[in-house]
Amino acid sequence: MTETIVNFILFSMLVITAFAIVRQDRLFTVVMLASVFSLLTAMLFVALDAVDVAFTEAAVGAGISTVLMLGTIALTARGAKPASRPNTLPLLVVLVTGAGLVYGTLDMPNFGDPEAPSNVHLAPHYLTNSIEEIDVPNVVTSILASYRGFDTLGETAVVFAAGIGVLMILSGLRHRRREDEEEEEDA
Amino acid sequence: MKEHHLILRVVTKTLVGTIILFAFYVQFHGDYSPGGGFQAGVIMAVAFILYGIVFGLHEVQRVLPAWVVHKLVALGVLVYAGTGIWNMFLGYEFLHYGSFTPDHMSHGQHSGILYVEAGVGITVTGVMVAIYYAFAGRTPRLGNDDW
Repeated sequence: MTETIVNFILFSMLVITAFAIVRQDRLFTVVMLASVFSLLTAMLFVALDAVDVAFTEAAVGAGISTVLMLGTIALTARGAKPASRPNTLPLLVVLVTGAGLVYGTLDMPNFGDPEAPSNVHLAPHYLTNSIEEIDVPNVVTSILASYRGFDTLGETAVVFAAGIGVLMILSGLRHRRREDEEEEEDA
Repeated sequence: MKEHHLILRVVTKTLVGTIILFAFYVQFHGDYSPGGGFQAGVIMAVAFILYGIVFGLHEVQRVLPAWVVHKLVALGVLVYAGTGIWNMFLGYEFLHYGSFTPDHMSHGQHSGILYVEAGVGITVTGVMVAIYYAFAGRTPRLGNDDW
């Protein structure tokens, strides 16, 4: 019962935050509200007992990405441009997509259903054998780092590639070359 | 350069150490509690970003120069993949951590998880700080009223 009330309150606040973000045109407020949105999502993950995911959401979603978005605002503009065209078509697209997603959830197994496909294939093996095979109390860590080590290596490579990509775009090589040329000219 | 408020600077100086300590706790306690390389890497990066925001890019780059950060980005992936290749040299499959101690497989698993989590943490710290440097290096410094 308590969990239902907590979930209800968190989801209501999530929806209110989403509407507040849509209504705002000062980007500083939008970024701060997006941070609030992430924090509320992290709380929902805690309510779902997914503490590892909640931790990541709080650190990345509410922390780092807020700082980076503020950095972007400092580089670009403080306010959103007013819409030049009517919003009817975007609204229609969003409504149709949303309806499609809700229709899709009707086929999903209930939350925590022991017969759900994801709970009958490998999950029982991980849960029953991980203490014997890996001997690490946090099953999430043993799945992430050992059973699915290849996956996590791929994720690390993705983080690496994303970082390199952003560096190439933002601190671009051409910029540096121009500075070198200027130094040469000075010399 | 206009300096931030005194209270902000004093509080930041006290917080940065605690944040780094917490990052190490999350990194090495990931076996027992929520957390691991990804979260610890972000928290570690936050310590440097906070210092950079309050004291300026120049000050934080005296502690952690940009070229070190760029090396860290690649080093983490190399540590992770290197662990797997080390396993292959020991005669087992790629990323089969049990090979570190073949007579007691779960001990090897502990070491393997420690190494790959360290690799993840190093790369995530490097990428986050590098992206912050790239943004902040181009950002004109804003006064409090400009927002």
